[in-house]
Amino acid sequence: MNLQSSDFELFGIPSQFAQDRAAIDARWKDLQREAHPDKFAAQGAAAQRIAMQWSVRINEAYQRLKDPLKRAAYLCELNGAPVNAENNTAMPAVFLMQQMEWRESLDEAQTSDDLEAIGAQVAQARKETMQKCGLLLDVNHDFAGAVQQVRALMFIERFASDVDARLDQMDTAVRGQ
Amino acid sequence: MALLQISEPGQTPNPHERRIAVGIDLGTTHSLVASVRHGVAECLPDDQGRILLPSVVRYLEGGGRKVGFEAQAALASDAENTIASVKRFMGRGLKDVIGHARLPYRFVDHPGMLGIQTVHGEKSPVEVSADILATLRYRAEDTFGDDLFGAVITVPAYFDDAQRQATKDAAQLAGLNVLRLINEPTAAAIAYGLDNGSEGVYAIYDLGGGTFDISILRLTQGVFEVVATGGDSALGGDDYDHALSDWVLAQCGLQALTAADKAAVKVAARACKEALSATESIAFSADMTGTSVVFDVNISQFDEVTSGLTARTLAAVRKVLRDARLTVDDVKGVVMVGGSTRMPQIQREVAKFFGRAPLTNLNPDEVVALGAAIQANQLAGNNTSGDLLLLDVIPLSLGIETMGGLVERIVPRNETIPTAKAQDFTTYKDGQTALALHVVQGERDLVSDCRSLARFELRGIPPMAAGAARIRVTFTVDADGLLNVSAKEQISGVEARIDVKPSYGLGDDQIAKMLQESFTTADADMKTRALVEARVDGDRMLLATQSALAADADLLSGEELSEIDALMAAVTAARSLEDAAPIEAATQTLAKGTEAFAAMRMNRGIQKALAGKNIETV
Repeated sequence: MNLQSSDFELFGIPSQFAQDRAAIDARWKDLQREAHPDKFAAQGAAAQRIAMQWSVRINEAYQRLKDPLKRAAYLCELNGAPVNAENNTAMPAVFLMQQMEWRESLDEAQTSDDLEAIGAQVAQARKETMQKCGLLLDVNHDFAGAVQQVRALMFIERFASDVDARLDQMDTAVRGQ
Repeated sequence: MALLQISEPGQTPNPHERRIAVGIDLGTTHSLVASVRHGVAECLPDDQGRILLPSVVRYLEGGGRKVGFEAQAALASDAENTIASVKRFMGRGLKDVIGHARLPYRFVDHPGMLGIQTVHGEKSPVEVSADILATLRYRAEDTFGDDLFGAVITVPAYFDDAQRQATKDAAQLAGLNVLRLINEPTAAAIAYGLDNGSEGVYAIYDLGGGTFDISILRLTQGVFEVVATGGDSALGGDDYDHALSDWVLAQCGLQALTAADKAAVKVAARACKEALSATESIAFSADMTGTSVVFDVNISQFDEVTSGLTARTLAAVRKVLRDARLTVDDVKGVVMVGGSTRMPQIQREVAKFFGRAPLTNLNPDEVVALGAAIQANQLAGNNTSGDLLLLDVIPLSLGIETMGGLVERIVPRNETIPTAKAQDFTTYKDGQTALALHVVQGERDLVSDCRSLARFELRGIPPMAAGAARIRVTFTVDADGLLNVSAKEQISGVEARIDVKPSYGLGDDQIAKMLQESFTTADADMKTRALVEARVDGDRMLLATQSALAADADLLSGEELSEIDALMAAVTAARSLEDAAPIEAATQTLAKGTEAFAAMRMNRGIQKALAGKNIETV
């Protein structure tokens, strides 16, 4: 075990997509109990510096493990299939068509009911894509295939946050009246 | 001296060497210090039995200073040398301080932090705060008849990096070893023991003399997350006094015109307000020029004339809940902080708003200091059976200015700290050999809407084509929420690297200079104090090493063990000298010599956390 160990090794959990969120949270707390700089507040600068390094590393792993999208991307990378989201945005035509339809319906949405309906569609798409991603990662071990799903999920997340932003605007406008 | 002590779990190696640790609430109007004694947190009184120290410092002509009540008494007579509410100036430039023109001080504007001209020359808010902190430090040392091991200092949850850094600098200047800065609402929650298995969302309602703060905390598994903060920096108990005296004078057809009359009315209003917390009706009485006012006030009249103020606090509560996307039903408990929450109508209205009675059984003036003391005791290692783990989050996002005045966010707000985040940047011109970096804090997208923390340049990049250099900028935020930024060119192999301490903070040499100045003006002889401090540091390192050896000496070979023993013996020997320098040197050598051991111990700790879990899950 060292600072270069993988997130999964560090947390002592199997290197796979399916995870129990409660177990990750509990393990994070156990590890921070051992490594947090506060535990070494009385023990000199050297111990504190090491504690800081470990504590930072544990928080980094926790941020990645607890978020399914980040976890999936990390698994792809560990298995030699980096996502490279910024350089590679090529997506299947069918997927892009669906994105355009969503964008159009978001532009046309008038009421918060319209927005909720779009939100429900997006949530369903997210759930299905997540399941496909899990299957490719944990059962088929098709990491290149999983990368495609991770990219799709990134698009979906971006769109979902745009829907949320519109809902916020609508809320504020209602309160302002 | 036995270098290896065997101790039972839950006991410190030497019960007589209990480390004295204190919690300090450095407040806008009052400051106070608390410590855990005989297992209970309690506030430490001064030699006249007073717990609250007015946060006022007066600089006297011809040298010397007064802190607390004596300074407060001179607020009117020597206004420009008597600094009150200095907390509002910490880490702030002149333009950040609203209404500074109405204050009686001679401000000096500096980038980063303002200064105040006094008979002692220019004073930084850090120095003024240090004088308050030093007064509390001496109070604690006199109480225990011993040196302090360290202190936990509280700051408002909304304090940004500059304000936190300034607070830590002030503590350092006051000769305090800062174990941790913690958020005031978090401290209040600790004082109420909410860390013991309470899960859920809590509201901390803090109405002080001049400010109102509302914070929403989420507690999960010992993690304190500040979800949202809000309030009104110009609303406090003083406004209730004004509302009452204005109303009484209007009823009597009088006006307070002279300064003396205004002061007399203010004192009377305050006394009347405080009495009405315990009784139904009381006479408002004040002696004014040529007349005296005696007017019976009952509680419902007082409630009526101040109801608008209470409503303003609740409006701020509603807003902060909206920001947090929560409703009152999500809130599991409400903690009351600040002396003004003693007013019955506040407790009643807050209870009505949240649909539950707020927690009020601790003294609302003391609750923040008490929580800080509990945390300090834990951090000093006095309570080894304790299980308090504060995993704070960063209150505001940190980023870098990019092209077009936009902010590239590097550490998002609410990320658990400590944390380190890196981002790669590149050059935009052929042959560019330097890159200017501008570090900002805030949630807005435009640099001009965020707070500027630091500017620095990375120089010595070898000339390359535009976009070829890879400059990695790393943000490191420690457990106190303090930031360090470094930048390094990756590809060329040429080491061009800079570490910055953001500009609002004081440089170490500046602090050293201020320390020197405060020593020369202080009663204590500088050399003596330096010697005492070197010895305390040496003892601290010796104790730390002893307890490390007691726990994990088996990790070391015989040779490594005797090396560490020798280094410890050297510190012990140096300690008896009457000179600080060799003690500091020996302590440093011991610190360096135990680095590898510290790394081994950390590995063992991590393994233990995993092993313990694996057995459980099998």
